[in-house]
Amino acid sequence: MMKTRSKTVRKLVNIAALLASGLSAIIGLVFLVWILLDVFSKGIGAINWKFFTELPTPPGISGGGLANAMLGTVIITVLATILGVPLGILAGTYLSEFGRNRLGEIIRFLTNTFVSAPSIVIGVFVYAVMVVPLGNFSGLAGGISLAIIMLPVVTRTTEEMLRLVPDSMREAALALGAPYWHMVWKVAYRSAGAGMMTGIILAIARVSGETAPLLFTALNSPYWPNGIMQPMANLTVTIFNYAMSPYEDWQVQAWGGSLLIALTVLVMNIAARMVVRRAGKSRKR
Amino acid sequence: MKFLPTDIPVKIQVRGLNFFYGRKQALFENNLDVAEKKVTAFIGPSGCGKSTHIRTYNRMYSLYPDQRAEGELIMDGRNILGDDVDLIDLRTRVGMVFQKPTPFPMTVFDNVAYGIRLKSRMSKEILKEKVEKALRDAALWDEVKDHLHSLGTDLSGGQQQRLCIARAIAVEPEVILMDEPCSALDPVATYKIEDLIGRLKTRFTIVIVTHNMQQAARVSDYTAFFYLGKCIEFGDTEKIFTNPTEKETEDYITGRFG
Repeated sequence: MMKTRSKTVRKLVNIAALLASGLSAIIGLVFLVWILLDVFSKGIGAINWKFFTELPTPPGISGGGLANAMLGTVIITVLATILGVPLGILAGTYLSEFGRNRLGEIIRFLTNTFVSAPSIVIGVFVYAVMVVPLGNFSGLAGGISLAIIMLPVVTRTTEEMLRLVPDSMREAALALGAPYWHMVWKVAYRSAGAGMMTGIILAIARVSGETAPLLFTALNSPYWPNGIMQPMANLTVTIFNYAMSPYEDWQVQAWGGSLLIALTVLVMNIAARMVVRRAGKSRKR
Repeated sequence: MKFLPTDIPVKIQVRGLNFFYGRKQALFENNLDVAEKKVTAFIGPSGCGKSTHIRTYNRMYSLYPDQRAEGELIMDGRNILGDDVDLIDLRTRVGMVFQKPTPFPMTVFDNVAYGIRLKSRMSKEILKEKVEKALRDAALWDEVKDHLHSLGTDLSGGQQQRLCIARAIAVEPEVILMDEPCSALDPVATYKIEDLIGRLKTRFTIVIVTHNMQQAARVSDYTAFFYLGKCIEFGDTEKIFTNPTEKETEDYITGRFG
């Protein structure tokens, strides 16, 4: 005979599971909000007009800003995007459209491994193959190391998004006499566009907060960026240096920089969500 | 009757067509004729191979490395299954409309212009004329003429399917393949498409796969009945539906299975 479990027990188990999962979610959220609040309250004091427009001052002299580091971070991130995104899109396209073979499997496996590769390893690699032979740190080396970090992320999202394009869409274009590349370019990319864009934005957001790879490549500088073949100021390494320094002025500026990066990443994530939502709206019906 | 009488112009001769999905054979020695500027319907129960068969006419299967066809499909004196056939050229001559409407994620205008632009460069005026003509031919112009620049995906299902037909006829192919074009549509939209087929056959050779026997009887001049990958019977639509030769055909059209 089957034993019937009492309804009360089942209800209790349900409540317990609900409580446990709810509690876990709250604990996670608490830390997130805590970090944001902490960064905000300590960083907001550093934020003023000079912070965005002036060069850093030597320790002891108050005032000054991180304008050079902001510009440097933008330059390095743009370099990384220019180098990493097109390559990633092409690689993802290969995997999705032509990579249903042995070579594709190998590339896919390597890409997935690379997505979780520690960024410091990539920094050291670029240091060894570029910085050492050329004899100096440079913004370009920083851009390259960030591009290497972006590459597998963009490759993977491009592949995943292209795979969501139904075969019937591909067939419809090919049935009109379209060459394969034309179908990919005009139909598949357009169909997968919002998802690919989201992947790219998230990849940029991810690398804009990287520190370790820049430490070995772009290094840092107290001056305005002076060509991409020179060491280049950037926010994350500046934050690292300033936070470790004994000077209170610098520490406050490190908090300010942290706030700036946190907000930038937040805005990029929101932008990524909006791209998806807008695409979803126009695809309705 | 296996083939058409010699006085009827034939667009495609199918001779000994076999088809394989990997190691699994799906078509067995199919033989039939597709008459020029007529409607030929393929009927049969699910999985009988009628869709597989129609997809050989524009070599759609060539997209998938594990699929292959053997035998002969002679179109205008040439075997289109040959390795030397240019698929882009073949597919501009043999257009296709699919089961589910497949509008591209672009405007109504760009959907229709897609194939035209592929074929040749032309001035904006001529392109506009061609798009309008295709939309008129597909009986869609009046419904979309004020929304040419809204998304094709925003149209209703029946409109989307007529958009796909407009897109296919815009490149002026010789043959149009329709793989169950009405199965996702309501009766009114289905009626419109059937009406359209009747008018298009003066200009195009049309091959239509359908689950709906009444539809085959209404729109087609010739009918082929498929069962288990074999083309069991082929002939005049009227004869197939009133006086079939094979027992399987009779059982299917009288609703004893399928």
